Amino acid sequence: MDQLIHQILSGLATGGIYASVALALVMIYQATHLVNFAQGELAMFATYLAWALIQAGVPYWGAFAITVVSAFVGGVLIERIIIRPVENAPILAVVIVFIALLVIFNSLAGWIFSYTIKPFPSPFPAEPLFGNSYVSSHELGSMAITLVVLLMLFVFFRYTPLGLAMRAAAQNPESSRLVGIRVGWMLALGWGLAAAIGAIAGMMVAPTVFLEPNMMGGILLYAFAGALLGGIDSPGGAVLGGFIVGVLENVVGAYVGTELKLTVALIVIVGVLVVRPSGLFGKVHVTRV
Amino acid sequence: MSAIADPVELAGAAASGAAPLLTVRGLRAQYGSTQVLHGLDFDVAARGITTILGANGAGKTTTLRAVCNMVRTEGQITLAGERIDGLATENVVRRGVAHVPDGRGTFLNLSVEENLRLGAYTRRDRDAVAPDYERVYGYFPRLKERCKQQAGTLSGGEQQMLAVSRALMLRPRLLLLDEPSFGLAPKIVQHLFEIFRVINAQDGIGMLLVEQNASMALKLAQHAYLLETGRVVMSGPAEAIRNDESVRRSYLGY
Repeated sequence: MDQLIHQILSGLATGGIYASVALALVMIYQATHLVNFAQGELAMFATYLAWALIQAGVPYWGAFAITVVSAFVGGVLIERIIIRPVENAPILAVVIVFIALLVIFNSLAGWIFSYTIKPFPSPFPAEPLFGNSYVSSHELGSMAITLVVLLMLFVFFRYTPLGLAMRAAAQNPESSRLVGIRVGWMLALGWGLAAAIGAIAGMMVAPTVFLEPNMMGGILLYAFAGALLGGIDSPGGAVLGGFIVGVLENVVGAYVGTELKLTVALIVIVGVLVVRPSGLFGKVHVTRV
Repeated sequence: MSAIADPVELAGAAASGAAPLLTVRGLRAQYGSTQVLHGLDFDVAARGITTILGANGAGKTTTLRAVCNMVRTEGQITLAGERIDGLATENVVRRGVAHVPDGRGTFLNLSVEENLRLGAYTRRDRDAVAPDYERVYGYFPRLKERCKQQAGTLSGGEQQMLAVSRALMLRPRLLLLDEPSFGLAPKIVQHLFEIFRVINAQDGIGMLLVEQNASMALKLAQHAYLLETGRVVMSGPAEAIRNDESVRRSYLGY
């Protein structure tokens, strides 16, 4: 029983990471109807930036803040400079751009920082909090940070005029222009936010998986499974899906075999697509022909 | 130049002396390589209501979309003495042009209230926005009853009311109305047009109304233009057009 509780709790901790990345995927998906394959590499690259800052002597939380802000600016710039010109291009062209971004950031990280695995510090104490034997401080801390980020995003999108405008722009660009919303900037802001969320997820996961250019590969897959499970066009669903996948992955890993961890993600993806393509909370798409 | 005859101008056309709110000259628009408007000239008087009538496919919707730069457009568009042609749609809106679009443009996944809030998105006079919700809810009490509901669950008529309300939340100088009577029960159409009259009289909002329902439109408007395949074929005071039997029979079909 203890073992199970332990697995579930640490599943929730990694699930929080998946949930964040899944949310970032959904945010881009809602605006573009495409999955941003480069989301994970952007997060990885941001994490390297944090690592470099920490190496340079910047205190952890200072590096954390600078990284989040830089990731936000980077996301905005990528949308403005790289995505904007292919806005109206065929789907495949955009997908190729996403894949190109993935490869570019991956290689860039390898070239600048080398492919050797690097330890990444955790801001949380090494000994478990409150003397509990179930979760490490890092797991608890990263869970808390994830929840704070998710809560802040919820409040932002639900209660601020800018958040409302961003939702409107993603849903109905034409009507949004007709009420005076600068749709282009809203999309760029969405990219910025997604990149910032990814950066936080990257910094939270790096202490457990270690820093290397391919560290987000698997995580992106789990996040995608989570987003799909919850419904690729439902932010709330994606978050819940991320947590479910995290727990599932951990429990299966512990009781069936670690070899099957990644398989879980793939089974979820295939399962959802076969049984319920719209996911748990997604909209069923009906097209008139 | 084309061999098309000049548009007929019915007598008594001299509009009020005040400078017009909207002046459009030589308006052309095209979708891809298909030219839809072939050089329209029309005005909306200050505090006036102008209607554009015509059959399906005459270019009425395109005319409104061209004013907001939502299609590829050429020509001069002047709003209260300021050129607005070539401005991005959102900047035209920010100059005070509200558009009730074809198809209503509802934000289906947002609540009724959020739809209205978006209407006031560009306004900076926050204090004046709050009473405006009550005002539009006063015009359409049905929307108040449903303010927390997802706009996608509203009926077509309710969505039309929402589209008009959203446009009013901008406190526009000029209101572009694309077939506001479309799909509405006659009683609701009466109510809606009565509200247009009230808004026009109280707030002095100029209106450019595109309609299939010619008799309603001609009763509301002071000035009318008849459109045929992207050209103005006739224009004049709404009353004159309404009373001209041959025009009614050949163009308006009632």
